[in-house]
Amino acid sequence: MSLFFIVALPFLGALLPGIMNAAGRAACAGVTFTVSLTAFIGLLTNLPAVWRGEVVMARVNWMPELGLNFTLMLDGLGFFFAFLILGIGLLIIAYGRHYLSRDDHMGEFFTYLLLFQGAMVGIVLSDNILLLLVFWELTSLSSFLLIGYWKHLPEGRQGARMALTVTGMGGLAMIGGMLILGQIAGSYDLSVILQNREAIQADPLYLPALILILLGCFTKSAQFPFHFWLPHAMAAPTPVSAYLHSATMVKAGIFLMARMWPVLSGTPEWFVIVTTAGLVTMVLGAVIALFKHDLKALLAFSTVSHLGLITMLLGTGSAFGAFAAIFHILNHATFKAALFMSAGIVDHEAHTRDIRRLGGLRTLMPVTFVIATLAALSMAGIPFLNGFLSKEMMLEEATHTVLFGAWWLVPALATFGSLMSAAYCFRFIGHTFLGPVRNDYPSKPHDPNAGMWMPPAILVVLVVVIGVAPFLVQDFVSLVAKSVIGGTAELKVKYIKIWHGLVPALYLSIVAVLGGLLVMGIYKPLLKMWETTPRPEAKVIFEWIVEAAASLARWFTELLHNGAFTRYAMVGLVVIVAAGYHAWVTGTLGPVVREAQAAGPVPIAGWAMLVAATAGLVFLHRNRFLALILIGIVGLMVSIGFVFLSAPDLAMTQFTVEVVTIILLLLALNFLPNRTPIESTALRRVRDAGVAIAGGLGTFALAYHYLLRDAVLTPISDFHLGNSYKGGGGTNVVNVILVDFRGFDTYGEIIVLGIAALIIYALTETLLDGPVRRRLLNRVPDQPQAGDKHPMMMVVLTRVIMPVVLMVGFYIFLRGHNEPGGGFIAGLIVSIAVVMQYMASGFQWTTARLRYPYHGIIGAGVLIAGLTGIGSWFVAKPFLTSDFTYVRIPPFHEFELATAALFDLGVFLAVVGAVMLSLESFSRLARTQDAEDSEHPMDIDPSRKAGSVEKAGGT
Amino acid sequence: MELFVASAIGVMTAGGIYLVLRLRTFPVILGMSLLTYAVNVFLFASGRLTVGAPPVLVDGVTTYTDPLPQALVLTAIVISFGMTAVVVVIGLGAFLGSNDDHVDDQTDDGEQEGQP
Repeated sequence: MSLFFIVALPFLGALLPGIMNAAGRAACAGVTFTVSLTAFIGLLTNLPAVWRGEVVMARVNWMPELGLNFTLMLDGLGFFFAFLILGIGLLIIAYGRHYLSRDDHMGEFFTYLLLFQGAMVGIVLSDNILLLLVFWELTSLSSFLLIGYWKHLPEGRQGARMALTVTGMGGLAMIGGMLILGQIAGSYDLSVILQNREAIQADPLYLPALILILLGCFTKSAQFPFHFWLPHAMAAPTPVSAYLHSATMVKAGIFLMARMWPVLSGTPEWFVIVTTAGLVTMVLGAVIALFKHDLKALLAFSTVSHLGLITMLLGTGSAFGAFAAIFHILNHATFKAALFMSAGIVDHEAHTRDIRRLGGLRTLMPVTFVIATLAALSMAGIPFLNGFLSKEMMLEEATHTVLFGAWWLVPALATFGSLMSAAYCFRFIGHTFLGPVRNDYPSKPHDPNAGMWMPPAILVVLVVVIGVAPFLVQDFVSLVAKSVIGGTAELKVKYIKIWHGLVPALYLSIVAVLGGLLVMGIYKPLLKMWETTPRPEAKVIFEWIVEAAASLARWFTELLHNGAFTRYAMVGLVVIVAAGYHAWVTGTLGPVVREAQAAGPVPIAGWAMLVAATAGLVFLHRNRFLALILIGIVGLMVSIGFVFLSAPDLAMTQFTVEVVTIILLLLALNFLPNRTPIESTALRRVRDAGVAIAGGLGTFALAYHYLLRDAVLTPISDFHLGNSYKGGGGTNVVNVILVDFRGFDTYGEIIVLGIAALIIYALTETLLDGPVRRRLLNRVPDQPQAGDKHPMMMVVLTRVIMPVVLMVGFYIFLRGHNEPGGGFIAGLIVSIAVVMQYMASGFQWTTARLRYPYHGIIGAGVLIAGLTGIGSWFVAKPFLTSDFTYVRIPPFHEFELATAALFDLGVFLAVVGAVMLSLESFSRLARTQDAEDSEHPMDIDPSRKAGSVEKAGGT
Repeated sequence: MELFVASAIGVMTAGGIYLVLRLRTFPVILGMSLLTYAVNVFLFASGRLTVGAPPVLVDGVTTYTDPLPQALVLTAIVISFGMTAVVVVIGLGAFLGSNDDHVDDQTDDGEQEGQP
């Protein structure tokens, strides 16, 4: 099966459990299991190729410019991890189906689980490190959802947040490290990076890259000092813990260290950092685990400890160390998943996992007892179980490792760690299963059904088989180790043996096991000592750091963003003016090359009106209705200016927009106060005026100077003028630019316009749903209302004029390609025609005659424009390529048919829909107050009797 | 001619800036409309000023206005309507919700003591 399918299957499959949830628990778990199984089988189909030593690749270019490609690679190491992830995943799904109670939403659980599974498989199969980062972050996010699955538990939420914070920060560091690595190697493909060991290790940026990448690995794999999140993540349901913390999530960091081993390892820096961190984590985790009373917490710290062990093995940088690390990953995954599941069974049956309340379960839960005991003994390093083999290899490697110049340091600490490890394993068995049967369990424990004990039992069978007959996995582990090592070191043929002879490692093993038994013997005094020793509490420190960071961020935000918007505007304006001034002072000014054109009396009069209106607006803005009239004058003068300066299209657009804008502002003023009170101090007004005058002078100077000079670069307008008729088939160049040359821009713009209208609609809906609605209904208008709601003259006039205006709009639309006009202007004209009906005849009358909702009109417009663009694909041209032809249908004159006209139709519809939806939304706010609209919108019904006519006529 | 267009841009910008710095929503909206005019005319003027040229292609004529800024400004005018409408509805919503049309947050502001 293609690698793409293996990675994609869990993601696609994640959709299914949610859908199947209603079909029952068995169906829900079944579909999840099937998805995983399919991916698993797909992986196995690639086994022969991997076994032959080939590297299976699959590649799709995604963003080659960034070096980010969807490249997947399956070699021994990738296969090994994918095998663990999918294989143990299957067991977890089977186990989880029985573990989750009826109150738990199973579909949600399995959806998260599959997302997580897909992300993990993605990490181990990625060939591109950027892609790997994407999956890496996905595991952080999906594990957050899994850990916090029991949303009602505060521990679950806190644990999930802590895990996300720590691993997310590590991921952030890793992004930096990976980018540096990619820069050094010149490629983001792992297969290339892995070939560049010398170049990378010689680079001065090697150390920063190494530290950043290791930060990512250490946080993910819970290495000291980032180990603290893992125990808190135990608030998750046990299947999650078993999955995340035995075989997958925490192994991701280990995986990456193994993956990068050929290029990063072997230097003194790598050796010191990785080995030390591993060793410290191993000892620390083992010691804390011994004194934990919660079964899952005990197992969590033991996981921390074992991850430290594997990290240490990878840190030594020898081929034997890598081999032992791989072997221990396999062994740890088997016995630890089995142990977590056993702990889950105990919790599930006895309703507690506090070790102090347990004991004597041996006879009550014999099956669980056997499973848990075998797994725990394997973890303790007892011969003929797989944990013994890899632990002895670790001790062997430790005896050859010299850290900080002390030959005894590593072996002593490793032995001590193993000793404590054996001790907590014995405690796990002894205090849970051995001892007398008690009668105060929260629930009477008994063995669960086979569905629950079968998954751990399968793993324990593996534990025993590998322990007794290790030669079975020898070749496989060698294969994986070879792909870790690459070509950098030699691997001896046979490492795994039960009997190595009387080597130092054997003695150390014996010391560890016997010491463990001894520790168990004096456990009570030790526990008392432990409890009286003060220790730093990681959670408290973490929360303190988070709190400090949050208050720092809050302080900084409030400093900059205190809610005074005028201040932000002021800061922005001052900076812009200052930057302009700086450019003015430092830049050089070219000579004046254009002659100033003389202005006649008419333009001067228009200018004078514009300036007067603007000044009036500034000084009289407190009277808001007056201000509206004044701004209307400004807009009108701008429109006339466009006419005068040979831009009729702009003039028409500006003029029509002016009309709708004023209507909109009038509608708004219906609710807002009619006057702006004097609030700002005189000083403040002087200050604002100073900034305003500086800004005005700046724009004036800028505009005046460039109007008298030519553009620095040759404008591209000549191209448009030259090709408008030949290429676009229209003589109105502005319109051809809109619908043809820059059609994509226009397409985006009508979409923006549509979205703006929808925002207005949505905000209005929200307002009308909330407490504002009552206020609106009970509102007393502050202006005297007209006695005649729908004046007859206006009603008649607007209705008569409607077809005329529509005709004008239609005409403007059709001629747009060759004469001033087009979809934008036609759309605005038609909108005004419709708005007039609203104003004259009332909201209800108009709405009742409305055949299509405005949303639909916007949608149709965008759709038509888009489909027109897509149409050009069918003739193998780029999006929005236009075509035109001339046809003649007698008796008409020859006329042009252009696809651009269809596009313009889309623009037209979108503009009509957007303008109308905005205005309609506003008027709906107003409408709620006079809920009862007149039965006869014209107010004067010609068919009524004479008396009533007179009555109506009197108003 | 150039002087008048440039000074009109300057006057509208100055008026717009002053109004944008006011404390109530309505003048701020008016100020933004003024700024919109100024910016649109400014962009339009970047094609330089041509008086009395034919708006469409005509045989035998070689002097035209620059069509590109016109096309860009045309869409800008329409979009600015959409944006004005959004700002107005936001301002209106804030006023209807709290009976207060101040632009700035009122919790920690010492500048508006006089008025409610």
